[in-house]
Amino acid sequence: MDQHQPHIVSYTRLIGIWLALLVLTALTVAITRVELGGYKVVGALAVACAKAGLVIAVFMHMKYEGVLLRWLLFLAFVTLAVFIGFTFFDVLYR
Amino acid sequence: MSDMQQAATSFWNDTGKTGLTSWIFSTDHKRIGLLYFYTTIGFFLVGVVLGLLLRIELMAPGRTIMGPQTYNALFTVHGVVMIFLFIIPGIPGAFGNMVMPIQIGARDVSFPRLNLLSWWLYIIGAVIILTSLFSGGGAPDTGWTFYVPFSSRTGTNVSLAVFGVFIVGFSSILTGVNFVTTIHRLRAEGMTWFRLPLFTWSLYATAWVQILATPILAITLVLVMAERVLGTGLFDPTRGGDPVMYQHLFWIYSHPAVYIMILPAMGIVSDIIPVFSRKPIFGYKMIAFSSLAIAAAGSLVWGHHMFTSGMSDTAVVVFSFLTFIVAIPSAIKVFNWISTLYKGSISLEAPMLFALSFILLFSIGGLSGLILGAAATDVHVHDTHFVVGHFHYVMFGGTGFAIFAAMHYWLPKFYGRRYREKPAIIAWGLMFTGFNVLYFTMQVLGMRGMPRRYYDYLPEFGPLNLVATVGSWILAAGLILMLVNLFRGLFWGEPFVGNPWGGATLEWSVATPPPTENFEGEPVATHGPYDFSGVKK
Repeated sequence: MDQHQPHIVSYTRLIGIWLALLVLTALTVAITRVELGGYKVVGALAVACAKAGLVIAVFMHMKYEGVLLRWLLFLAFVTLAVFIGFTFFDVLYR
Repeated sequence: MSDMQQAATSFWNDTGKTGLTSWIFSTDHKRIGLLYFYTTIGFFLVGVVLGLLLRIELMAPGRTIMGPQTYNALFTVHGVVMIFLFIIPGIPGAFGNMVMPIQIGARDVSFPRLNLLSWWLYIIGAVIILTSLFSGGGAPDTGWTFYVPFSSRTGTNVSLAVFGVFIVGFSSILTGVNFVTTIHRLRAEGMTWFRLPLFTWSLYATAWVQILATPILAITLVLVMAERVLGTGLFDPTRGGDPVMYQHLFWIYSHPAVYIMILPAMGIVSDIIPVFSRKPIFGYKMIAFSSLAIAAAGSLVWGHHMFTSGMSDTAVVVFSFLTFIVAIPSAIKVFNWISTLYKGSISLEAPMLFALSFILLFSIGGLSGLILGAAATDVHVHDTHFVVGHFHYVMFGGTGFAIFAAMHYWLPKFYGRRYREKPAIIAWGLMFTGFNVLYFTMQVLGMRGMPRRYYDYLPEFGPLNLVATVGSWILAAGLILMLVNLFRGLFWGEPFVGNPWGGATLEWSVATPPPTENFEGEPVATHGPYDFSGVKK
């Protein structure tokens, strides 16, 4: 089966992803300096999602997995997003 | 097959291994299920004793047998033990492990070693929790909810207790992962999704909640430890933190956890009622889907625990609305069970009596839950004995009675011996009576304004508290009779051979007790789980 094949990712690609993660980290810091009010958190979370996505897709090889596993992971992310999102019914309207 | 032959080929002895290590290092799902059963029922009895002591303290106003600090510690430990060490692992760990793989025609779960690890993590977590009671500053006194700011400041041993709960949480996650994989990958030929017994369906829905929600509790408890040890200030407003955020994080797990507790119980009831009504279940697909709907919708209602916390009005309205939505799939189940009973050939043996009491007690608990789910009425009864009565109706009257039903229904299958029916029915009668005297009185007390978590109260609440305490003794008497009769029967009772209940699910087609690998050949599912045509009792 496909997912049992080893996947060797090139150093160039790994370093590229690492640099992208560093840039996104810098972006997280930069967002805190812009006046966005409650939406600051949304921005930070969006960047965090992009970073987690890169790590999971490349470093954790999810990119090479089957459709079922990808959907399962997607379900976990949606759940997390809903949990965090619903707390904003409280935090944004206090 | 004679009794002796059956005994010689069962999982009790067909591997030739005996002694303690053949149990605590076994990867056989039935042995692990029994390990879970005995450990969870042991903790249940600890919790019962603590509960009885709490009731004795509340029997009369003023100090009766303990002071306020002891009372605070006892209700905390009662809650922690009952919730984290009994109800959450109780059904999936014990009966899920024992029965589910056979129900789907598998030889074991997908990851037998992970299964054993899950039991060990549970035991390690339990030992840590018990250690926290007798070390450091003594037993935690925060209530099982560990609310900040008190939990971050109290001198009692909260850090160790929450660490124990953290470990137990991993046990729960591993069971969830194992069950989802098993149900997806190890179903026998012909065992389509819509031929799965409803108990298996309910475990499947539960497993998803265990996987998705439990990590949030784990992280939240780590944050409490960080707050205590490192002084991070995450929940401390003087340092920019938010105590209400703790309540969000805690209930994001702990409300779905209520469904981890009740969904498998509903599965047990869905399996027992058709068997003792001799009728296929009414609305199979709706019961299966309503389990998933409860798991999904039940994960979005945590805010109803926080109506008086200072949360925004918008959130109150949203969470109140969503809470009412959960009532729909719950009611679908109740209506379908009742419809299954309609014109059935009902036999009132112990498993059925416990299952029927589940429907009534769960309904009372569920309907009193609507009073709490409605924001306006919740303000009146929040933090009163009404809440205590409500969740005992759901958790004990619901899940507890379903576990008792499962004990009478499935344990004879795994022991090959059965309990005596008459004492079981007397025990049920005592428990049902004692239960209602105890918890209905609590609800009345709560409506009249008696707060929860106070060791003392105004004299006007005295008579009803005395009634409730007497109820707890009737309940305990029934419980003792039930356990003595059940275990006496399992070890020394009449043989239980063949398929005496007349069940149509696969576990009733294998030898009693089942052999280690459950089936002699490759099983093939040829009919639905509640197709009783051709089933001989």
